[in-house]
Amino acid sequence: MHETHFGSPRNRVDGRLKVTGAAPYAGEFTAPDLAHGYVVSGAIAKGRIKSIDTKAALAVPGVVQVFTHENRPRTAFRSNAYQDEVAPPGKPFRALYDERIVYSGQPVALVVAEDFEIARYAASLVQVTYEAEPHETDLEKVRGKAYVPPVKRQGISPPPKPRGDSEAAFGNSPVKMEAGYRIAIEHHNPMEPHATTVVWEGDERITVHDKIQGAQNSQSYITSVFGLPNSDVRVISPFVGGAFGSGLRPQYQLFLAVMAALELKRSVRVVLTRDQMFTMGYRPDGLQEVALGANQDASLQSIRHDLIANTSTFEDYQEATVNWSAMLYHCDNVTTTHKLATTDLYTPADMRAPGAPTGLFAMESAMDELAYKLGVDPVALRLRNYADIDESTNKYHTSKELRAAYQLGAERFGWSKRNPKPRSMKEGRELIGWGMATGAWEAQMAQTSARATLTADGRLEVATASADIGTGTYTILTQIAADALGLPMERVTTKLGDSSLPKSPVEGGSWTAASAGSAVELACHKVWETLFKYARGMDGSPLANADIDRVTFHDERIALVSDPSRYVTLNDALKAGGVEKIEAEETAAPSKLTQMRYNSFTHSAIFAEVRVDEELGQVRVTRIVDAVAAGRIINPKTARSQIIGGVVFGIGMAMHEESMADHNLGRFMNHNLAEYHVPANADIHGIEVIFVEEHDTLTSPLGVKGLGEIGIVGTAAAIANAVFHATGKRIRELPITIDKVIGTPEAV
Amino acid sequence: MADLDLPARQGFTPDAPSAALPGEIPLTLTINGERRELHVRPWTTLLDLLREDLHLYGTKKGCDHGQCGACTVLVDGQRINSCLALAVSKDGCEVTTVEGLAAPDGALHPMQEAFIEHDAFQCGYCTPGQICSAVGLVQEGHARTPDEIREQMSGNICRCGAYTNIVDAIEDVLAKETAK
Ligand code: FES
Ligand code: FES
Repeated sequence: MHETHFGSPRNRVDGRLKVTGAAPYAGEFTAPDLAHGYVVSGAIAKGRIKSIDTKAALAVPGVVQVFTHENRPRTAFRSNAYQDEVAPPGKPFRALYDERIVYSGQPVALVVAEDFEIARYAASLVQVTYEAEPHETDLEKVRGKAYVPPVKRQGISPPPKPRGDSEAAFGNSPVKMEAGYRIAIEHHNPMEPHATTVVWEGDERITVHDKIQGAQNSQSYITSVFGLPNSDVRVISPFVGGAFGSGLRPQYQLFLAVMAALELKRSVRVVLTRDQMFTMGYRPDGLQEVALGANQDASLQSIRHDLIANTSTFEDYQEATVNWSAMLYHCDNVTTTHKLATTDLYTPADMRAPGAPTGLFAMESAMDELAYKLGVDPVALRLRNYADIDESTNKYHTSKELRAAYQLGAERFGWSKRNPKPRSMKEGRELIGWGMATGAWEAQMAQTSARATLTADGRLEVATASADIGTGTYTILTQIAADALGLPMERVTTKLGDSSLPKSPVEGGSWTAASAGSAVELACHKVWETLFKYARGMDGSPLANADIDRVTFHDERIALVSDPSRYVTLNDALKAGGVEKIEAEETAAPSKLTQMRYNSFTHSAIFAEVRVDEELGQVRVTRIVDAVAAGRIINPKTARSQIIGGVVFGIGMAMHEESMADHNLGRFMNHNLAEYHVPANADIHGIEVIFVEEHDTLTSPLGVKGLGEIGIVGTAAAIANAVFHATGKRIRELPITIDKVIGTPEAV
Repeated sequence: MADLDLPARQGFTPDAPSAALPGEIPLTLTINGERRELHVRPWTTLLDLLREDLHLYGTKKGCDHGQCGACTVLVDGQRINSCLALAVSKDGCEVTTVEGLAAPDGALHPMQEAFIEHDAFQCGYCTPGQICSAVGLVQEGHARTPDEIREQMSGNICRCGAYTNIVDAIEDVLAKETAK
């Protein structure tokens, strides 16, 4: 059908619900018998609970029950029953399982009361004594015990095999660059705290509203942990107040809320506090070393990138961090390694583009340093070493318009006017710096099913169990479905976030638009074919000899394009088919053959301007141009917002975000939004997004590659490089806080 | 192995744990134009009253500590963090939440329209607070330039990072206001 909506800017279809406060989030569903749960968080990092006294709490009128490891109901015994769809290898944390304490802030009790304030007050009366054991939360201290994870995490590529001899090539390189890099631990901190409302439907049946990026992931977690049949557990989460990866795995409030509801046989809601948002996954700490060797002609001779990242004592969390250094540039001698070291912290979690902005902060900073050593322009250095294929796996790219991204981004930014000398640009009391970096992220498609239903009133509903966490999924699926049947968008309803809908993986990895979009299109196409078949087969049909490509669907009529007076009404077609509606469910899956020969990535070229007040050590990020090559863009309006959001995340990584652990106590100190800084409105200035034209027929049938992560990747490196250009100071540890700007000496 | 006797949550050990709950206090509020006679305990914040007692879930809780702005409502026309106000301290006040901005016939407030048009939100969780804050900002009349808008909207965090679009939406409404 003709594309009316695909490719055009459209307002969000859920916009009205969101601006009027009518969109319900997980902690906002209610029930007449609702009780409120409040979590008591543990106070030590490692050891055991010696005693737990709940008497005072239980004595408060309105308290229903206090759950601890001593009285929790029985749940699945085997730890793999707690493994969810995206769990890394290991034994998942089990709340209230026994007296062991494995990280600070671990939930040790759940107080359930008739109202929220009573639960909160009673929680303060729970007295816990501990036997503490020595803990270690400092990655530096355990780096000597780093190991290669024995079991690889599913879906995550380990570092590619080394190619050539990076050590020898590095030794022979006339120009060398070697340095260590680090980023701070970051917590996702979506604006909506994690929450679960369990509505008790009677008869052991529950409806669960969970803050989750995949309703079916929560559903299968619940059924496996609590031994319930699928039919008794329905998870409905139509709106998610941001997640950025924190909603991929079921968090402990889901377990606690379901446990309490099943035991008390009533509805229970558990909402975490902002403090408690620091007692779950985070972007891991990582000690990175990069070594680059080049010839005088700026050709890369050797790349080495080593990482030691922290994980918990119970799971081996892995993300693709160093892999990017092996695929981004042409180079014959490359070695990348990824090791883990255990700390007494919770398991890290996927956080927006897990691994990529971490690894590329190191690699793209190192490339900038190398450019200075070589005396070449940073963009020119990247073009000089441009990789036409993915050399790390010897596969072709499905498409790669990175060259155009460099060019368009540089033009828009005015890069050619840059004087490469550090400290060469100044305005008033501020030094000005311009820096750039490359970004890359996987463009994937994951097997997804969708259903389309056309009813006699000419309305179309499309549905899949995926989620819209602010990404615009509702809107783009509506666009795709409307185009598929030639309907106005108002005639289409999209349903998401319900475990009873057709199967979908978690919403993440930037794969949802390509995957759910393709499934929706297939299902709609099937509906259209069926509708046409009925219309054509009707007795005396005016379309009897028509071809499906020669008819349109408009105003509830299937009509010939060439002669719209020859038509069949929707009602007549349905009658001819003997049905009241037409429904089709289809599954879209990536092509195995394509995957064998090709790799698919989105790419970006990011240009950043910073202004630095050296006396105050203050850095402002005043301008960003991000040129993104990500295949076809379904909705330029929401797509632009996705990239801007990613860039803002990148600015946070570069300038603000840092979960600071007190290694003595083994816990994060700044567990609130006053001390854990995220960008505020005044921190954000102009962000320009360019979508580079990119034709891709292989990643997905739609030509779409996905946009959720690419905006953050490379942004922090571009900013750090701009800070160097402004000040001559090379800051290799993020975030770039005032102390570092003042305390770092100028590079010679 | 050290034996530790720590309270469950650091920093708060009530002097004399008591089972007696504070009594309820009568309170009159006009919420979105409707006069409500209520009885609340003194420990209930305006935010929890709105959400849990009145089921006006449009107003969001992002931190409960005055650090994020998700709970912004208008009290007697002024924007405040409703998580930092005890409900009983607002006796006799007029409260406007995001649910009260649109006209009774459903026509959206110009700020709501502008937020949709400029795609000034993604997940939508900070949005009611942003919109109430923006309405308050326009009424205050101090912000004229984008820089001033940015500064005066910095009490409202948007983790989705919709800031540039939020500023565009507010500028749009401000321009139309001054054109009137
Ligand atoms: S909830 Fe009130 S400021 Fe965050
Ligand atoms: S729209 Fe998600 S936090 Fe602002």
